[in-house]
Amino acid sequence: MLSESLLEKYRDLTSRYPTKRSALIPILLTTQEEMGYLTPESVRFISDYLKIPEIQVYEVITFYSMLRTTPVGKYHIQVCTNISCLLLGGEEIFEHISKRLGIKEGETTPDNLFSLVEVECLGACCNAPAMQINYKYHEDLSVQKVDKILDQLKQQG
Amino acid sequence: MPELVVLRDVQDSELRHIEDYLKVGGYQALKKVLLELKPEQVVDEVKKSGLRGRGGAGFPTGMKWSFIPKNVDKPKYLVVNADESEPGTCKDRVIIERNPHLLMEGIVIGSYAIGAHCCYLYIRGEYYEQAQILSLAIEEAYQHGFLGKNILRSGYDLDVHLHRGAGAYICGEETGLLESLEGKKGWPRLKPPFPAVVGLYGCPTVINNVETLATVPRIMERGADWFASLGTPKNGGTRLFAVSGHVNKPGTYELPLGIPLREIIFNYAGGMKDDKVLKAVIPGGSSCPILTADEIDVKMDFDSVAAIGSMLGSGGVVVMNEEACMVKVLLRIAKFYAHESCGQCTPCREGTTWLKNILQRVNDGQGRPKDLDHLMGIAFNMIGTTICPLSDAAALPVRSFIQKFRKEFEYHVHQKACDVAQVMV
Repeated sequence: MLSESLLEKYRDLTSRYPTKRSALIPILLTTQEEMGYLTPESVRFISDYLKIPEIQVYEVITFYSMLRTTPVGKYHIQVCTNISCLLLGGEEIFEHISKRLGIKEGETTPDNLFSLVEVECLGACCNAPAMQINYKYHEDLSVQKVDKILDQLKQQG
Repeated sequence: MPELVVLRDVQDSELRHIEDYLKVGGYQALKKVLLELKPEQVVDEVKKSGLRGRGGAGFPTGMKWSFIPKNVDKPKYLVVNADESEPGTCKDRVIIERNPHLLMEGIVIGSYAIGAHCCYLYIRGEYYEQAQILSLAIEEAYQHGFLGKNILRSGYDLDVHLHRGAGAYICGEETGLLESLEGKKGWPRLKPPFPAVVGLYGCPTVINNVETLATVPRIMERGADWFASLGTPKNGGTRLFAVSGHVNKPGTYELPLGIPLREIIFNYAGGMKDDKVLKAVIPGGSSCPILTADEIDVKMDFDSVAAIGSMLGSGGVVVMNEEACMVKVLLRIAKFYAHESCGQCTPCREGTTWLKNILQRVNDGQGRPKDLDHLMGIAFNMIGTTICPLSDAAALPVRSFIQKFRKEFEYHVHQKACDVAQVMV
């Protein structure tokens, strides 16, 4: 069910720790990066692989904000609205994207291209307001800059 | 210009590759340490330097190292805290992006000092590009013999592993981080026992912040006395201040500890944006009690900021002008802590949510006459009553915002509206 390359990554990750369980979060991240989200099948597999009860894997998944059990858009937009971003228009950036894409917090566009969430401090305070699309940081944002980024992504499809 | 320690070679550039780092004398401090000094001598030198933890608590680093028991059979661990998540803080990222090998060098020296042969570098999951930079730096350090077996033919071995987190502020707390590293949700542990005795996998462990470790090679290179002389008594050296908010030149500035906050804002960060009036400053990340414009002559060292009732914290200076609504800012802080409370202790789990809910209604013009007293009461019951300091971190801002800007909060409650300009008068 899981690709050989993913299994190879699991082996590499578990080899770094004296207990296999330590590799759980890196394994969940790696799996999510490959599959888009953590499917029930992948969770079952990881639970067997690391010999951890499934419920404890879910306990970890639901604790960490980056881990998810449902799909998101191809471009997962995460807008920071914490203090430094708030002071420089982070909320307006969020509202603008929401309006432009016609989706609310936590939603995905019907074409599955974009999803939008509000996130806590991204550690980009000196370049506020900021957002992350998938893993890429976009900083010193303005509405115009955001439009340009979204235009480009829309074009790329 | 004040003397630079951590950003010395990288003020306007990056030294991503090991060849570049070696050209500016990189890994020379490590050579000296491994070939000439005993671990105890390294600990003593760092003690003498007055270096205090740059993560937020400001605990003396050399002393932390000396708590590692000497005669135990168990492995010892160094864990690097690169979980930088305190709102307003983005300084460790600068070190990782510009000078990853300085951190590597500090990691090897620190590990040697405490007798660790294995180190985990825990980086927040969002810092993906930064994790790649560190991965490369680790690889290069192995290739050049600064990591691995018999480093520089000294007989000392060290392995360093990068470990990515997955989004949880609480994992910046030492024992929450250890739990996370063991593959669990980040619930902080009861202390004692402290990690120095019972840490990762039940073994003696030191957890140090990125900036703390990046400072260590310089101390070993130039000496404890030099380092101590840069700061104020009991506050050795420099600090990376990440200045954000309503200033002309937001950025990360390395300045001597003890520099007045006024100078940071007006000399280095270029003063107030659009010449607006300064209203308030958070001196060290969202957990720190707020300062008013009248308090910015405070010296920015751990003890001076504590003396006026706030904290130097993580060095994240957030500057606000006259147009910032204190209710709205505090509400955003409260939302953060309600989201990030791990749920383990009742005062924090319940308290953070109540603070958020009450502040939400005050902000929305639905405030009730007793709401401000309720907020103060809840905050009072959250301080010192939980396993870790997240509860205090959520409560302290509430207390200080309401104490210092009470009129503005009362205006919201009684007039059911926000009128920052009117309240200011």
